Amino acid sequence: MAGTSKVSRGGYAVYLIPGVVLSVAIIVVPLVMTVYTSFTRWTGVGSPTWIGFDNYTRLFQDANFWASFGHIILLIIAMAVIPTFLGLVLAALLFDYIAKHFSNRWASFFRSGFYLPQVLPVAVTGIVWGWILHPSYGALNKILESIGLGGLAKNWLGDPKYALYSVMGVMIWFQLGYPIVMFMSGLQRINPELYEAADLDGATWWQRFRRITVYMIRPEFYVVLITTTIAALKIFGQVFVLTRGGPSNATLVPSYFAYKNFFEKAQVGYGSAISTVLTVLIIVLAIVFLRLQNRAERG
Amino acid sequence: MTVTAAPAIMTDQEEPPRKAAKRRNPVRFGILTALLILLLLVVAPLLVVAVNAVKSPADYAGGGPLSLPTHLYWDGIVNFWNRVDFGTKLWNSFITSFTVAVLGVLLSILNAYALGIGRVKGRIWFLVFFLVANLLPQEVLVYPLYFLSKEVGIYDNLISIVIIFTVIQAAFGTYLLTSVYTEFPVELLDAAAVDGAGKWRTLWRIVVPVSMPTLGVLFTFFFIWTWNEFFLPLVFLISNDKQTVPVALGVLQGDRLMDATTTSASALIGILPAMLFFLIFQRTLTRGITAGAIK
Repeated sequence: MAGTSKVSRGGYAVYLIPGVVLSVAIIVVPLVMTVYTSFTRWTGVGSPTWIGFDNYTRLFQDANFWASFGHIILLIIAMAVIPTFLGLVLAALLFDYIAKHFSNRWASFFRSGFYLPQVLPVAVTGIVWGWILHPSYGALNKILESIGLGGLAKNWLGDPKYALYSVMGVMIWFQLGYPIVMFMSGLQRINPELYEAADLDGATWWQRFRRITVYMIRPEFYVVLITTTIAALKIFGQVFVLTRGGPSNATLVPSYFAYKNFFEKAQVGYGSAISTVLTVLIIVLAIVFLRLQNRAERG
Repeated sequence: MTVTAAPAIMTDQEEPPRKAAKRRNPVRFGILTALLILLLLVVAPLLVVAVNAVKSPADYAGGGPLSLPTHLYWDGIVNFWNRVDFGTKLWNSFITSFTVAVLGVLLSILNAYALGIGRVKGRIWFLVFFLVANLLPQEVLVYPLYFLSKEVGIYDNLISIVIIFTVIQAAFGTYLLTSVYTEFPVELLDAAAVDGAGKWRTLWRIVVPVSMPTLGVLFTFFFIWTWNEFFLPLVFLISNDKQTVPVALGVLQGDRLMDATTTSASALIGILPAMLFFLIFQRTLTRGITAGAIK
């Protein structure tokens, strides 16, 4: 090997050993164990009993399971759809309007401000909002009362009618900054001459937004949509801290549903089945997104 | 996914010439005002928390959540700090996040060296594996990890969290760094080979120093991500003196002892370290969020 002027491509495999050994121990083995356990009845002690597809048939008849996935659809709207579209408009506004008519400083200032919620630990955002939305001493109800709208005061997180919408509101607040940062960086790639040409042709801001901005940052658009959608499917921390899936399961989500079965009800087999379904769903969704993305990039 | 490493750098481009006269005043300032109001709404919850964290309970009872504190009252924060032994939680969070960031970057380097520069056989399949590992929800790993960590006696020990997150973060790091190393300048590698440097020396003398900026981004990410993790630490760190900051704060929610001012005090001391990292790492972060995204 030594003495060749070309870099030898052999002998690198040894560098993979630590990574492979650790990945097998921490990812592959547990994954296989969970899938296996999903076909058993197990309380976590003793040995699991093989029961075939019983957990899955039970799962598909379980109203809580369907409810938890129904809630996820609303959370995808709150965590992926709304932040992506709102973020797109805001990013374009900051990049193409504020930076131009005011200064780049202003644009970066807004970008950092909107991004701020993203840097907080999820548990802390849960605490902040849990307090603001608290029915008796929470700031929101106090504010409503002080401006004479006491009638609108609600038990935001404790009333099954409003709990999920409150969580959705919190999640929009939390997510908004991520698309803004992503899109603003994507916009840097756009040749300013395109905008100038559009200006010369007398295009309105909205026309330029639709025809140039949206078109040019499709790659970022797909990345944001896929990562936020997957984040919505995995949501745990905020729900745990804000509502613990309650009241009466109104904010139950798959990950918390699995957690409850694992660690509160000692139904490990059933919890494993929930996690397995969630995993399959995420991977299928990722494949679909990647396909769409590839097609969009070619087309 | 067209993930590449070249972090899209957010350059402050040059100030475009002011097209004055054109669209002036009302619209311009209308839009600016609208954005400022929106920004205020986003930041308001944090401001409300900060204001109430330094209010005495009597002050709060009298003036409500929106009044400014009549005097600065630090006892709420101090009492909460002492009650939950917050110093220990901070240390636990710091030492796990730091160790994970260091080990995670090292592991990513080794993997990416083999996959990106060494192009070992089956590299595509390794990359697919690391990509899928990134997608997995932690719920599908948690119970076996919980069970196994009890078997080997590292349950309720920071070591368990360090090992798990090192591997999880390195899955992302490997993916990102491999695409950087795939485009590593061959001339540099050739020059090292001519000088008689072996693979090990080339890695540490050439590859690592050249890719330092990307490694810095990875380190920052791993640190903050691990700091913010909630689910696995919640499961693995059950005794009080092992908890990390998010877990300690998270499990206190709904506690009877938590009144309005104590809750905001607790939220504030949870926010402060995150804000500190945000300020320290801001430049790396804005550069890094977009890393790994787009070609």
